[in-house]
Amino acid sequence: MQAMVYRGPYKVRVEEKDIPKIEHPNDAIVRVTLAAICGSDLHLFHGLMPDTRVGTTFGHEFIGVVEEVGPSVQNLKKGDRVMVPFNVYCGSCYFCARGLYSNCHNVNPNATAIGGIYGYSHTCGGYDGGQSQFVRVPFADVGPSVIPDWMDDEDAVLLTDACPTGYFGAQLGDISEGDTVVVFGAGPVGLFAAKSSWLMGAGRVVVVDHLDYRLEKARTFAHAETYNFTEYDDIVLQLKKDTEYLGADVVIDAVGAEADGNLLQHVAAAKLKLQGGSPIALNWAIDAVRKGGTVSVLGAYGPIFSAVKFGDAMNKGLTIRANQCPVKRQWPRLFEHIRNGYLKPSELVTHRIPLEHIAEGYHIFSAKLDGCIKPLILPNAA
Amino acid sequence: MPYTAEKPYQNPSSEELRARIPGWGADLDPRDRPSVPREKYDPGASGAHWDFPDRQPGDETREHSIEHKFVTPVFGTSVPLKGFSGAIRRLAYAKFSEGRAAHWLLLILGDRVDAWESHARSFVSTRPDNPITETGILAEAGHHPVSSRFGQNRSDLSHVWMDPLIVAGPWLAGPLVVLGIRTLLRRRHAA
Ligand SMILES: [Zn+2]
Ligand SMILES: [Zn+2]
Repeated sequence: MQAMVYRGPYKVRVEEKDIPKIEHPNDAIVRVTLAAICGSDLHLFHGLMPDTRVGTTFGHEFIGVVEEVGPSVQNLKKGDRVMVPFNVYCGSCYFCARGLYSNCHNVNPNATAIGGIYGYSHTCGGYDGGQSQFVRVPFADVGPSVIPDWMDDEDAVLLTDACPTGYFGAQLGDISEGDTVVVFGAGPVGLFAAKSSWLMGAGRVVVVDHLDYRLEKARTFAHAETYNFTEYDDIVLQLKKDTEYLGADVVIDAVGAEADGNLLQHVAAAKLKLQGGSPIALNWAIDAVRKGGTVSVLGAYGPIFSAVKFGDAMNKGLTIRANQCPVKRQWPRLFEHIRNGYLKPSELVTHRIPLEHIAEGYHIFSAKLDGCIKPLILPNAA
Repeated sequence: MPYTAEKPYQNPSSEELRARIPGWGADLDPRDRPSVPREKYDPGASGAHWDFPDRQPGDETREHSIEHKFVTPVFGTSVPLKGFSGAIRRLAYAKFSEGRAAHWLLLILGDRVDAWESHARSFVSTRPDNPITETGILAEAGHHPVSSRFGQNRSDLSHVWMDPLIVAGPWLAGPLVVLGIRTLLRRRHAA
C-alpha cells in the first residue's frame, strides 16, 4: 500500500509499506477513503515533537471502510463506513470510565501524560496514522462510529478532530450568556471554537491572527470580529481598550507550539527547539483575559517546559482549562448541530490533494500558500 | 470602566444575536454541554466489553515510560527502535521519568541522530532522500508564492528564511564537519 512517511524535519514522501495486520483481538483494519492534514501535524513535520521517528506515517483525521476485524470485535463488520476519532483509547481504564477518552492509560506505553493519538509520534503511543491507504484501528468496539447516511464525507473527516476540538475548547471556556470571547488563532480549530462560542451564548466573539485570508474566514464562517495583530503595536493593549479596560471574559488559545508574534520566542521554540512550544499566544491570553476569567488552551505544546507567565495567571485568579478533546463525547450533539444547519464543517476545506502529492500538501499548508486553511488527502485518487 | 461595579461595556442583546447568528444559544445551559461535568463515571458508556483489555503480543522488547507499571496492553508498532538513535531513545525511557528534562532532551537528540542516520542509510539504498521533492518546495510553482506572502501582514516572514538552513543543515554540516576534522588533523600533523 501507499503511505505518507516522515523522513526528518520538513521532509516527507510516499512509500510502499505493508498493509497493517490485526495485532490485537479488538483491532480493525480500515481502508482509508479520506484523510486530512491537521495544523498539529505541522509540529511533527517541523520536527518539534520528541520521539518522532523517521518512517512514521502521520495522520489523525481520517474516515474509511472496515476491511478486516479482529476476533473480539462486536460492533463493526467488514464493509462498514466509519469515522475514527483521533484518540486511540481503551474505553475501560480509570480515565476512560470517567469519559476522559483523550487521557486513556492503556494505549500509550511511551508516556503517562499523554493518551494515544494516531500518527502522532511515539510520545503519543507509536501508532501509524491515516495519511495512508490502510490503517490499524485499535479498540474497534470503542472509538470508531458508523458514518450516518445523511452525512457528507468531508464533514465526517472534519468531525474526527478539528471541529470537535474547537467545540470542546469553547466548552473549556465555560462561556456564560453575553460573555466576550477572544480566540487566538484562525486555523480550523480556532474557527470552530469561535463558531461554537456563539452556540454557547457568547455576546461577542473576536478572532486574532496574522493571516488576513484566515481572518476573512473568521468574519464570514464564524461571524466574528477580527484583529490582525501585526497591525497593532500591542495586541493585548488593544483588546483591553476594546473592553473598556476590563479584559475579555474568556480567551481561547488555538495556536500552540509555533506561535508567531515574538521572534525570540518563536525561534527559541520552533527553530532551536529550546522550549516545548512558543507560548506567545498563551501569554497574550493570560494578559488579555479579565481577572477571574477563564483561559482555554487547545493549542498543542510539546512536553518540555515553555516560558509561560504564570505569575500573572496566579495574581489574576485565572481558571486555566486544557485538554486534548475526547472526540466521541462531542459527536451526538455535533451531529444535531450539523443536521440543524448551525454548522457546516466542510466549509473550511480549501485543498484536496492526492496522497502521492502529499509533500506538496505539507509545504502549501506549512507555508500558508494559496489561501490554505484545511487540506484534505485523497488516498486513492490515482 | 472596571473602576465601578457594572460591566463597563454592552454587548449586543441575546435577542439580536439569536436573530443574526444561526444556532446562537443552542448550548446556552452550561450544565447541558457534552463535556460537562468533565468526569462522568459510566464504565458502560464506551462500548468496551472487558475490565482490562487483552494483551497485545510483543511487549517484551517494547520501550516504556518508567512512570508506567508495565507496557500498556495495547501499543503502537510503527517504527521499532534501531541504530544509534534507538540506543539514545532506549536510555531516555529506561533511566528518566517524564518529569526529568533529561528524558525529553535525550529524545530530542535521538530525533536529530535518527534523521542523520536515516539520510545516510538512504544514500546506500535504492531510494536516496531527495530534499527537493521531500520538502514539497516544488509546490511553490502554481500556488501563488508571491501573492500568498507579500502585502498580507504575515508575521512569519521574519523567520522563514531560517527554514532552508534547518532542512539543508545535515547536507551542509556533513562536508563542513569532515573538512574541519581534516584541517585539525593536518595541523596536528604539522605541529
Ligand atoms: Zn489535530
Ligand atoms: Zn482507557
